[in-house]
Amino acid sequence: MVDATPHAEQGIPPAETPELELYHPRGWWTTYVFSQDAKVIAIQYSGTALAIGLVALVLSWLMRLQLGFPGTFDFITPEAYYQFMTMHGMIMVIYLLTALFLGGFGNYLIPLMVGARDMVFPYVNMLSYWIYLLAVLVLVASFFAPGGPTGAGWTLYPPQVILSGTPGGQGAGIVLMLVSLILFIIGFTMGGLNYVVTVIQGRTRGMTLMRMPLTVWGIFTATVMALLAFPALFVACVMMLFDRLLGTSFFMPALVEMGELMSYGGGSPILFQHLFWFFGHPEVYIVALPAFGIVSDLISTHARKNIFGYRMMVWAIVIIGALSFVVWAHHMYVSGMHPWFGFFFATTTLIIAIPTAIKVYNWVLTLWRGDIHLTLPMLFALAFIVTFVNGGLTGLFLGNVVVDVPLSDTMFVVAHFHMVMGVAPVLVVFGAIYHWYPKITGRMLNEAMGQFHFWVTFVGAYAIFFPMHYVGLVGVPRRYPELGDVAFATDSVHSLNAFITIAALTVGFAQMVFLFNLVWSLRNGREAGGNPWRATSLEWQTPTTPPPHGNWGAERPVVYRWAYDYSVPGAPEDFIAQNDPGSRHRGAV
Amino acid sequence: MAETTLDGTAPEQSRPAGLRGVAADWASDQRAFKSASWGKAMMWIFLLSDTFIFGCFLLAYMTARMSTTVPWPNASEVFALHIGGVEVPLILIAIMTFVLISSSGSMAIAVNFAYRRNRRATVALLLVTALLGATFVGMQAFEWTKLISEGVRPWGNPWGAAQFGSSFFMITGFHGTHVTFGVIFLLIVARKVWRGDYDDGARGFFTSRRGDYEHVEIMGLYWHFVDLVWVFIFAFFYLW
Repeated sequence: MVDATPHAEQGIPPAETPELELYHPRGWWTTYVFSQDAKVIAIQYSGTALAIGLVALVLSWLMRLQLGFPGTFDFITPEAYYQFMTMHGMIMVIYLLTALFLGGFGNYLIPLMVGARDMVFPYVNMLSYWIYLLAVLVLVASFFAPGGPTGAGWTLYPPQVILSGTPGGQGAGIVLMLVSLILFIIGFTMGGLNYVVTVIQGRTRGMTLMRMPLTVWGIFTATVMALLAFPALFVACVMMLFDRLLGTSFFMPALVEMGELMSYGGGSPILFQHLFWFFGHPEVYIVALPAFGIVSDLISTHARKNIFGYRMMVWAIVIIGALSFVVWAHHMYVSGMHPWFGFFFATTTLIIAIPTAIKVYNWVLTLWRGDIHLTLPMLFALAFIVTFVNGGLTGLFLGNVVVDVPLSDTMFVVAHFHMVMGVAPVLVVFGAIYHWYPKITGRMLNEAMGQFHFWVTFVGAYAIFFPMHYVGLVGVPRRYPELGDVAFATDSVHSLNAFITIAALTVGFAQMVFLFNLVWSLRNGREAGGNPWRATSLEWQTPTTPPPHGNWGAERPVVYRWAYDYSVPGAPEDFIAQNDPGSRHRGAV
Repeated sequence: MAETTLDGTAPEQSRPAGLRGVAADWASDQRAFKSASWGKAMMWIFLLSDTFIFGCFLLAYMTARMSTTVPWPNASEVFALHIGGVEVPLILIAIMTFVLISSSGSMAIAVNFAYRRNRRATVALLLVTALLGATFVGMQAFEWTKLISEGVRPWGNPWGAAQFGSSFFMITGFHGTHVTFGVIFLLIVARKVWRGDYDDGARGFFTSRRGDYEHVEIMGLYWHFVDLVWVFIFAFFYLW
């Protein structure tokens, strides 16, 4: 409990908290499996998330095969199609993106970037991962349950979700889905509390909130939002589980199934939609805000220029986070709610465009006259900006009630949200992996494979989703396994569907190259050194690479400046690390 | 409010007061809450998240109650006890509420004694708190039994809207689970105080972290929260 550096120096206040007593592993099991080190937990989270994400990727291929070449594949029945679609959506949004951004990047980067030795409660942090793994296993189990997984659509709308006509509705599928979600929320809460308290209470000396890299701001705000939004999903899951297992009627109205009056009555399906989207809309930003934060750091580092308008960027993240709690019913314009609600929620929805536009302008202004290095992380960051703007613009269509109503439940919606919260954050995930892989492993990822991966993914994603907007505008509904011969679907729709499928398979293949690269470079990658990108933030200043248990050597770093001192005039190098006291007298920041 | 910290994390003496102090704390390095330890901060944030869970449960119940087309059973008749030939409305609930609020009192005194290092009194008061909590859960079990024997089920009841039973079992069940976990942890904390774990810094069985007497206060935060939630359940479910 001895404070290593008790003295105040040059305006840096003395240490307020005693050193974190680290749990020291005593064997292989506690070092690599039941590890309490946030970095190991991060890799476990990321590995699990990527593995289950691979399942969701394969499911999307199967769906595309059916849509592109209907009737060719006998095993893709309409029921199977619904199951693929449901599991694809749920896995991608929750078990891949949420887990990867918060559990993966959050665990790895928060302690390193704020100069902590570990998360504040490493044991609880470890439990978080194991409960997440259990949630994933329960989810996977539903594939092998009698009747298969639920096919209710990822939004799980009642009353169809537990009717016998829905795949998994009267089997074990929906029960396992709900149990898995409840487990995920419990596990996430354990980790999320750690991330929040580490950022608020566990920073190193000199690290004020307004000196934190935007990555930490994004992950921190997203975690706070998740702690407040997941409760609504938790409650919705518990109530639906009771409806399914105990015969309560929270969400189930009186209805007739197969000619027989069911025993349900008096419940409100709309109530579920409110609960679901009170979680579901913040969830969009839970995925987007970490991406916003990470991409800010990638752009600044690889353009060798400070981020434009740092304070505005921070406030924009916080304001987007707050606003996202009052827009949820824009997912429910056609649910039959009062028109005044539609007016209110359309207004709040469009207001979010203001802080979001601030962020996009600031990214572009950071690039303006920067020393742009077209490294792989930078390519993905640039691709993100373009894709996010494209996806955001179609959001303006869907946010307005009168425009949304005819577009509701068409492929236009599918194209919109895949661009804005599917492709865009995933591009950031890739950029971030190319950026931080050298810190995690000590080796660079292979550049040639990376270039192939980037161009096929970027161009391929547009080949998939740009035509899909048109298909939706023509009027093709979403969630239809087969279009058949309908008058409104022109020939171009059918040929585009085949084209999209081929593009999707090609993009899928590029991801295999990426996964191969991850494994191949572990051994054969170029030695990276401690700070290959010559970046300023603390994770690049660790005494050894990969960082050891406890991250820092004898003393935690002391922070003297923000994370964006690139190309400072008069400085000996084109970056000044956050823990570099040297040029305090030269007037830099 | 007096700031009580044990781990040498006392705040600087010369901090500005009022709003300026808040701004200074949030603009400072290392910690935003200068007097809160990690454990205390974590419990507060967890309770905020848990508030949203109970808030969603109560809002969902109110929506169900307002949107159902069948009349809602009259709470003061359903929750009446037949004592000495008269129906006394809500008498059991009143006693339960009294018991739980009393347990918050004994918890608060336990925290005080813990900071004075008075192990004997702390253990006694923690056990009283746990006993009152267990009594509450016991009375709730009695209430459940009574309602079930009268025909109330999650899917229906003799008096009106089926959502009455559903909401009742779900909300009181979820709250009762919280109380039960609280009782278990009260016993664990009491045992640690009794053995002197917080004096000699013995390591936790699972976490291998050292504890201190602040754990009693953190336990208290949870307990008061469970108590506060009950007040809202009482107001919205029984009195409405």
